[in-house]
Amino acid sequence: MDLFKLISEIEKVDPEVYDRFDSRRRVFKHFGTMGKAVTAATLPALFSGLFTRAYGQTGTLPAEIAAVLNLALQLEYLEFYFYDTGLKSANLIPAAERPGIEKIRNDESGHIKVLRGALGSQAFSQTDPPVTAFDYTGGGRFPDVFTNQATYFGVAQGFVDTGVRAYKGGAPVLMPNKDLLEAALNIHSVEARHSSHIRSIRRGSPGAMPDMNNLNQKPKSWISGTDNGGSAPPTTTPIYGPGTPATGGATDIFFPAESNITQAGVNIQTNTTGVAITVAGASESFDEPLDANTVKSIARLFRAPGNTVLFA
Amino acid sequence: MSDAQSAFRPQPEVPPRRTFLRQAGAFTAASLLLAACGDDDDPEPTPAPTSFELPTGDAGLVSYLFLLERFSADFYQRVLATPAPDLSAADLAVLRDIYRHELMHRDLLASVIKENSLVSDLGVSSLVAFEFNYGTFALTSRQGVLAAARTIEDLGAAALCGAVQLFSSAVYIQLVTRLTATESRHSAAVRDLLQPGSFAAAEVVPNTGADAGFGLALAPAAVLTELSKYTALPITGNGLPTT
Repeated sequence: MDLFKLISEIEKVDPEVYDRFDSRRRVFKHFGTMGKAVTAATLPALFSGLFTRAYGQTGTLPAEIAAVLNLALQLEYLEFYFYDTGLKSANLIPAAERPGIEKIRNDESGHIKVLRGALGSQAFSQTDPPVTAFDYTGGGRFPDVFTNQATYFGVAQGFVDTGVRAYKGGAPVLMPNKDLLEAALNIHSVEARHSSHIRSIRRGSPGAMPDMNNLNQKPKSWISGTDNGGSAPPTTTPIYGPGTPATGGATDIFFPAESNITQAGVNIQTNTTGVAITVAGASESFDEPLDANTVKSIARLFRAPGNTVLFA
Repeated sequence: MSDAQSAFRPQPEVPPRRTFLRQAGAFTAASLLLAACGDDDDPEPTPAPTSFELPTGDAGLVSYLFLLERFSADFYQRVLATPAPDLSAADLAVLRDIYRHELMHRDLLASVIKENSLVSDLGVSSLVAFEFNYGTFALTSRQGVLAAARTIEDLGAAALCGAVQLFSSAVYIQLVTRLTATESRHSAAVRDLLQPGSFAAAEVVPNTGADAGFGLALAPAAVLTELSKYTALPITGNGLPTT
């Protein structure tokens, strides 16, 4: 059987076949990487997997998967409008930093598109929520968020760091659907890049020294311990703290604080050979997930008064 | 071994029957591929190339990530042993942090391999004995060191993005997601040091098309091809999962 011929036959009756896959490139990626393993016996499984992916999602996503994706989508809107509003605010973002913030805003826009595509009619809203659905002052805690550069980037760091942990927290629920899992973890890696960049802006430049005694203002590009509570403790402290449940066995799903130094039941500080590792250093090498309820309680601070849809 | 550690055994060894089927499948695939080459009816039987073959399944994926972490940890060890003179104190602080993170990743994956008997003793010693050659990188200047680090961190981040969902065990997926964010932070930090604002440039996070906003993901086969440029013996992973 000729896989490429079959796809081109399908294309004749369904011109949108490629759009049903993630993209033309990815169709060929799937086939390309399968190349060596394809046998007569594995072909039916390959095809059913591929076409379930392409056509099967006209059905309904399981409720728990839709819930994870909807929380992610709402967080993406929170971030998108935050960067978009920042870019439209005069004298806020220095000229040198504008391209980076534009890149981040545009990445969030791509994430929104993909999440909407996966959710279809199950999206929390069929239209984009307005910017007024959000309150970036956090209920008055950050009144100068769009006029004070330090406040703006401090809040930005809170958003990106919450996003990184939220996507990781959703992974166990998405596991039954490998394509959604792949997409979510990929977005998560991009959020981590954004976090690294925002943190370098906050410490002065990519080449500025962090200050372990003042991580609130001069953080590293990675999270050290609980980062001293983040940019604006106590408001930002929960972003780096434990979720629920906070503890568990090596194979359980749990959400320790970012200061955690035990992975797979192994203490990574004492497990490491070659150089002495500090507790803060040990915590930096692995990022921790956060559960949906904790993420929502952090994010609810930034929805407009009276809004009960977002982060419900 | 503590109870907590021995509990970290998410996936039993591949049962013999599955191994047999996998091998049978590989032979079938080879014959199908040969049959497909219509203008080459009489292929010469060629001796197997000398290469290091990773184990199959989750064990292979953990070994694969272990080798990548060794590759990057060895690199930073070398860079920091005789640092390029024009690296700033802040550059060195970043490189030292990354070095330590890679050591921790490497040694944790080694522990996971060992405590779960994922690969044979012989396989473990082969993984540890692997020598990497960084000769193609220019490591005597800041520019050269950071460019090399960028190459290595971009590869590591793309490898993790491409590998994490290939695991069959949920426990490994959770463990590896915790690594993915850190490696992506490394890639972004090194990129920003080399060229401010390039933390998510189009070559690692495309700006347009269906993949806009998505990080570059590489399948293990592509990563191993790249990694093999730095080894005397090519590393292959024909038994690694592809979906």
